[in-house]
Amino acid sequence: MKIHEYQAKSVLARYGVPVPRGEVAFSAAEAVDAAKRLGGKIAVVKAQIHAGGRGKGGGVKIAKSIDEVEQLAKQIIGMTLVTHQTGPEGRKVGRVLIEEGLEIDRELYLSILIDRASASPVIIASAAGGMDIEEVAAKEPEKILREHINPGTGIAPFQGRKLAFGMGLSGAAANKLAALLNAIYKAFIETDASMIEINPLILTKGGDLLALDAKVSFDDNALYRHPDLRELRDIGEEDPLEVEASKFSLNYIRLDGNIGCMVNGAGLAMATMDIIKLAGGEPANFLDVGGGATAEQIKNAFRILMADKNVKAVLINIFGGILRCDVLAQGVIAAVTELGVRVPIVVRMEGTNVEEGKRMLRESGLSFTTADSMGEAAENVVSLAGKR
Amino acid sequence: MAVLLDKHTRLIVQGLTGREGTFHAKAAAAYGTQVVGGVTPGKGGTTHEGWPVFNSVHDAIRETGADATVIFVPPPFAADAIMEAADADIPLAVCITEGIPTNDMLKALTFMDGRRTRLIGPNCPGIITAGQAKAGIIPGHICREGRIGIVSKSGTLTYEAIHQLSKQGMGQTTCIGIGGDPLIGTSFIDALRLFSADADTEAVIMIGEIGGTAEQEAAAFIAGEFRKPVVGFIAGQTAPPGRRMGHAGAIIAGGQGTAAEKMDALAKAGVHVAKSPADMGVKMREALGR
Repeated sequence: MKIHEYQAKSVLARYGVPVPRGEVAFSAAEAVDAAKRLGGKIAVVKAQIHAGGRGKGGGVKIAKSIDEVEQLAKQIIGMTLVTHQTGPEGRKVGRVLIEEGLEIDRELYLSILIDRASASPVIIASAAGGMDIEEVAAKEPEKILREHINPGTGIAPFQGRKLAFGMGLSGAAANKLAALLNAIYKAFIETDASMIEINPLILTKGGDLLALDAKVSFDDNALYRHPDLRELRDIGEEDPLEVEASKFSLNYIRLDGNIGCMVNGAGLAMATMDIIKLAGGEPANFLDVGGGATAEQIKNAFRILMADKNVKAVLINIFGGILRCDVLAQGVIAAVTELGVRVPIVVRMEGTNVEEGKRMLRESGLSFTTADSMGEAAENVVSLAGKR
Repeated sequence: MAVLLDKHTRLIVQGLTGREGTFHAKAAAAYGTQVVGGVTPGKGGTTHEGWPVFNSVHDAIRETGADATVIFVPPPFAADAIMEAADADIPLAVCITEGIPTNDMLKALTFMDGRRTRLIGPNCPGIITAGQAKAGIIPGHICREGRIGIVSKSGTLTYEAIHQLSKQGMGQTTCIGIGGDPLIGTSFIDALRLFSADADTEAVIMIGEIGGTAEQEAAAFIAGEFRKPVVGFIAGQTAPPGRRMGHAGAIIAGGQGTAAEKMDALAKAGVHVAKSPADMGVKMREALGR
């Protein structure tokens, strides 16, 4: 689960990570009040969306007066912000963070995530902060420091020193970094974060280290034990159909093609998207109904699939292991009948009770196209979608 | 021969008395697996569907001589079940559970370090040795005995591969579902090492997906020392970056972990890469020159 920058900073601050003073505002009036409370000569107005690249997209501006704060907040709240991470359709801004301006001496980079190969948390740090870290990694890999943390011991003091010196810090700043690293590590473990990224981490002219930006995401599988963090979800940032699907434990991701797919198993669902593309079509979604789907769940899946108006044809690809083909057929027939689905449907099923499932589809009086292999199914559905 | 389990394996089920545990214990027994008991803390001393139930893995091993366990325990308790199995020194633990917090697996894998238990999964369909035994949820009736090993991050794609092999007249030795989570017990390389040493396995199908670098690491291993033909498929060629595609580990993050880079690494290592998921069986026949 992703959260907004202002929420991330508030979570990190709880663990002792220094962050700039700031407040979230949902309107220009709130922005003005926030700026007044902050005082100071300069305030930063930052659009809050779940995507990076906000500065380049015009979502982060500096205000030198209260009037300017009001003007900028009016301009940014409600705007559609397009960044390299939002896609061309952009994301509508609903809130801004009003933050104190700081005098920056240096911009650094810090993040923590799980390294799969070594099965341990890894801290990634660089003296080259404030830039796209992937670009730094590609062009100047020697500037990226990686420190694996033993989950049994946590960050050892020497590791803190190694990172500090590697980032070009010394004296008081190096000590401050060591403390900050411990705070971030604690936050990472205790909140079940999947990633914490601070870019930039700044060293101010006054010698303080602060998280000027912060990105935090949490492990969805661990949210059950963090009711407070669950509250931070902003469903306004999510696709409405994906929100609806999540209510029925359906794994649905909306894409921009016109062939809807319904599949069991994440791997097969991805592979089905791939084979549609290979056959010359574009998938409208990823949808994994899971291994133990019931007829009721198949119906809900269909309803969500068909709510996407771009869908011109549907491919159902099920390999029945635990999910029996006859249960699937029953669910599909009920859904098509009750929902009045009008687009062509290609069904490919294999596995447990496949003959019974096929017979039910044939005798349903509805017009399904059946296919015996994935390849044939993909070609059929692409050609049917093309005719509409 | 085959790998990891066979008709001599004595299997216990952690979470036997739950719905999933019961269902799949019966299916495993029906397939011919020697299911010798189960573990449900608090229900020790009772029997369930004819099997003795124990309070701990230690007790179950002592009383039944079990040498493998399959874990059907809900996510909040699954990592603990894995650690308990490792503490009891059981040679093989297969964890089917999906949705275990990553931090819990971090602890479990750290705990297992230096212990003898091999963990398969979690978030996997388990393993099956065709015609002999199974631990997990792979439907037995689709398998047939043969000479192809399968190692896969995905359950239903494994079934698909088995089905395609059958169509080509080929069967399997052992199919290993390693799981779709970011932290797992057995990697592609571990599984390939097992197949390498198994005289019955003539060739391997390896099914990967977007996210992480396990496939690239496997490619380096194959190029270096794996001497049997490998057919590879990578799911998620059309997956958008930054989105988690069902499996917790299936995500292209920071431009890393794309299907293209994995397919490229495998092809360079001499793997017969199937671009289409429908071509795994055909590719295998080609790879074997038949």
